[in-house]
This record gives sequence, structure tokens and C-alpha cells, in this order.
Amino acid sequence: MSTVIRMIVTRIALGVGLLFIVSLVIFWATELLPGDLATQLLGQAATPETVAALRAQLGLNDPAPVRYWAWLTGALTGDFGVSLANNRPIAELIGARLGNTVFLALYAAAMSVPIALTLGILSALWRNSPFDRVANAGALSAISFPEFFVAYILVLWLAQTGIFPSMVRITPSTDFGDRVYMTFLPALTLTLVVTAHMMRMTRAAIINLMASPYIEMARLKGLSPLRIVLRHALPNALAPIINVIALNLAYLITGVVVVEVVFVYPGLGQLMVDAVSNRDIAVVQAVALIFAAAYVGLNLIADVLSTITNPRLMHRR
Amino acid sequence: MGVAITVILGLAGLFAIAAAGRFAARSTLRGAARRAVNDMPLTAAFGILVIVIYAVVALTAPVLAPFPEREIVGTQFEAWGAEHWLGTDRIGRDMLSRLIYGARNTVGIAFATTALAFVVGSILGIWAALTGGWLDQILSRFVDALMAIPALIFSLLLLTIFGTSVLSLILVIAAVDATRVFRLARAVAQGIVVMDYIEAAKLRGERSWFLIRREILPNAVAPLVAEFGLRFCFVFLAISSLSFLGLGIKPPTADWGSMVRENATLITFGDVTPLLPAGCIALLTVAVNFVVDWQLYRASGLKE
Repeated sequence: MSTVIRMIVTRIALGVGLLFIVSLVIFWATELLPGDLATQLLGQAATPETVAALRAQLGLNDPAPVRYWAWLTGALTGDFGVSLANNRPIAELIGARLGNTVFLALYAAAMSVPIALTLGILSALWRNSPFDRVANAGALSAISFPEFFVAYILVLWLAQTGIFPSMVRITPSTDFGDRVYMTFLPALTLTLVVTAHMMRMTRAAIINLMASPYIEMARLKGLSPLRIVLRHALPNALAPIINVIALNLAYLITGVVVVEVVFVYPGLGQLMVDAVSNRDIAVVQAVALIFAAAYVGLNLIADVLSTITNPRLMHRR
Repeated sequence: MGVAITVILGLAGLFAIAAAGRFAARSTLRGAARRAVNDMPLTAAFGILVIVIYAVVALTAPVLAPFPEREIVGTQFEAWGAEHWLGTDRIGRDMLSRLIYGARNTVGIAFATTALAFVVGSILGIWAALTGGWLDQILSRFVDALMAIPALIFSLLLLTIFGTSVLSLILVIAAVDATRVFRLARAVAQGIVVMDYIEAAKLRGERSWFLIRREILPNAVAPLVAEFGLRFCFVFLAISSLSFLGLGIKPPTADWGSMVRENATLITFGDVTPLLPAGCIALLTVAVNFVVDWQLYRASGLKE
């Protein structure tokens, strides 16, 4: 047991180190600007006095390491500074939106993971059957479609007939049932986009294992194909499958950006897109840090889980 | 419903032409080309046909388009009719003409971006593998750090800093994708640089640039070509998504992503016109994927 704990601790330490580097990259990106943020924001026509005033307000007179440290320690305590566009605290802007985005991503995950696993296992079981071919062609097209195409097709097909709303208006008072109903179309869009990839990987992982000798043995002793897949192949395919699921959940976290804009969903993605068009770098940095942290965190969890499910890695000699 | 039937009939027609083309190629070609065509699946033939059609449309856009790209030629949101086949857009520009010019703008920009990402990424990747040592370590760890940030988020961050213009769009996406190309090129080149003929060339006293150009690149071309197709799809989708978000190619330049956004209101009235540019994007990506699938199968499957 102690090896597991040591392994998990090492991985978490590595993850924290990676996050630190990521935060450096996100912060350092603003230093790439010709001139500095103040001249860039105010443009060519600005007087030296206004530039100096803005520079003082943004704290740009401090050296970069000092500013980085202030920004990082602030971010860790939930204080991301103020928005450059409207001077409101960024934590306030992010607050409810973060919850909404997480809700959407979890909703899509709850739909896509079971569907993807079932379809993947079935198409591995019935390899090269018409079912497998149709599922594969469908998956390949779903990967190739832009997200907004999928979203608008769903709007045209399901929202037109009035079954589901094409815009999401969530207020803090919206109850859970209404939330699930109103968020159905954005969640379904995300589901369609990520299911394809997960399904293909599940299928590939299981088919890969089906060629190994112990599966042939199981087949020779007369087990049913379903039992072979579920009892013998699946446990060994868990590691790659967990990895793919985590990667896709990480993808969900960022994939929400386009979908949120299509459905006018009040989430972090929409906030980020607005901030990019206003060139509100403080908000963009804060949201990018949150997205990157989620991404790194999910990959870390996948790493730990896939090691735990693999006895050969657990008891390494 | 009528539109769905038209789309299905159109795709079936393309498949039929692709099948006919494959048959014609089989009966006329000889030698290595003949062998390549012989095991080509119908989907790959379809993909090649679609790519050729897009290329022709992109090159001959000014001849094909009935109206100029940016001119207002009618009232806003006209329905499909004899004069404007696919109606007009939000401010009265001809939809069909803009779709045709979009092939030139969107696909052209995506292609240029992918090419740039490839030149930078593969040269750096091969150079890192060839030189090894601290250069390899620095470049690889730097790329690792950049890849820990999701691609879309990183592009958005860079676009905020450099502003949203076509040039910065190309440079930003190329930079983000070059990290992925670097990874692959380095991995492929690492297998090649340990070969004896590289050692021999080094002993002959050849310079790095010669080694990269004449010894490593020719041997790394097959995986890189397949990756180019896949990368193009990702770049194409990323650029369309950013344009759709209003952060990429901007009007009045005709671009498929921003055309969807501009005319999206029509969808809520049950009009499919805004979906056509999105469909154009989807069709090209599927076609490229079909061809890449076939190439990957050829690269691996021949040994079976």
C-alpha cells in the first residue's frame, strides 16, 4: 500500500510543478508584447501621462517577477485582480459561471461515457459487422464536424419543433430539473463530439487484447463472447480506456467554449471569448489558468487511476 | 426534409463519380500507381474527388462566382431563387458567391497555416533529435510546457495579446500546432538518427542541414505526410471555430466560419442556408480524414 501512496504523492508533486510552469507561461505571454500592456491597450494616440497613469494602476512599474508572484499568490486565494474592461473583480465575474461550466461538462460526461463504452464494446464484439462499420463511419464523421455544425443541426432538428429550448437562461434560482432540461441541447452537442473519440479508442483497446493468447484460451474453453469481453478483455483494457475518458473530459472543459457561444450559455467559455475580443488580458489569463488547471488535474487523475488498475505497474519488480 | 434528400442524393452522386473514376484509373494506369489504386477503398476515392473539387473551386473562384465577394447585390436575407441561387446574407451579399470565395479564403489560410506549422515543427524536431544533448532537452521541455495548456485556450490567450487579425491568426495557430508536429518529427527522427548511414554521413563530414535535408527527411516523409492531413483537419477546424467566435477571419472577407455566425438567426426560423458553409467545412474534413485513413492503412497494412 505504501508504494501506491508514494506513487500518488510523486505524481501530485509533478502535477503541481507542471501547473507552476503553466502559470509561468500564461503570465510570461503578456511580456511578449512590444512595449507593454499599457501602451498596447491605449494605442498610438495616448499621451505619455495617461500611459503612465494606467501603468501605475496596473502595477506595471514593478519588475516582472514581483508582479508574477503577486498574481500567483492572488490567484491561489481566489483573487484574480480586476477586469481591465469594466474594473469589476474577476473573481465575481467567474463565480457563478465556473459552476455552470462544470455542470455542463459533467452533464455531457454523464451521457457520453456510458454510451461510448457500450458502443465501443459492442463494435469490438461484432467486429467488421454492419453495426461496427456504421458506428465507425459515424464516429469518423462526428470527429470531423465542427462543433457549431453539430450544435446548429440539433437546433434545427430539436429546437425548431419546440421540444427543447435553443437558448439557455440560467439564474441562481433555476431548480435542478429545469437546469437539466434547458442544458440538454448543449450537453447533447458535446456528447456527440466526444463520444466518437472515446468509442474508437475503447474499440481499439479491446480489439488489441482480443489477439492475445489468454483470450484464445478463454474462447477455446467455450466461454460466451460477451463474457470473454467483459470478464477477460475489459479489465486489461481499463488503463487505456481511463486515459481516453480523462482526456475527453479535459477536452470537454475546453470544448465548451464554442458550444457555450452557440447556446448563449452563461459559462466560462463565453466569458473568455468576450474577454478576448475586448483584449481584457487579466480576465483571459485568469480563465486560461482555470482551464489549464482542470486539464492538468484530469490528466493527473487519469495517470494515477490507470496505474492503480494495472497490477504490473503496481507491483513493479 | 427536401434539403436532407438533396444532400443524400448529392453525396451518393459523388460516390458514384468516385467509383467511376477509380474504375477508369484501374484500367488506364500501370506499375506502382496502378497498385496504389487497386487497393484503394471507395471512401478514399471519394475523399480524393472532394479534395480535387475544392481545389478547383478555390483556384477558379472569380470565374465561378456569379457575383463579387464583398458587393451588396440585393436586399437582406432573400430566399433561394433564380437570381440568387442560395439567397442573400444579412446585408444582402450573394450567398453562393461568398461560399465559393470561402473555399479560397478559409481553405487557403488553413493550408498556409498547416504548412508553416510543419516547416517549423518538423525542422526543429529533426534538429533536436539529430543534435541531442542540451538543445534537445531545452526544446523538448519547452514544448512539453506549452502542450500542458489546451490548444484552444492557448490560442485564445495569444490572440488577446497579439490582437485578432488574419496574420496573427496564422502565426498563433501555426505556433500552437508546431509543438504537436515537433513531438512527432522528433520521435520519428530519433529512430532514424541511430542508423548506420547517418553515422557514415557524419563521418563524411556532412553538415546538419545536409543531414536533415538529404538523409533524414526522405526517410521520415511517410508518417509526416499522414500527419499533415490530420493536422490540416485540426487547423482547419480551429480556424473555423475561431472565425465563428468572431476572433479569426473577419468580414467582409468571405469565410465559412464567420458566415455561419453572421446568419445564424435564420436557423431559428428553420432555414438551412447558414448550415451550408458549416457543411462545406465538415465535407472537406471528412474527405481528408478518409484519405489519411487509407494512407495510414497502406503504411501499416501492407505488412499484414
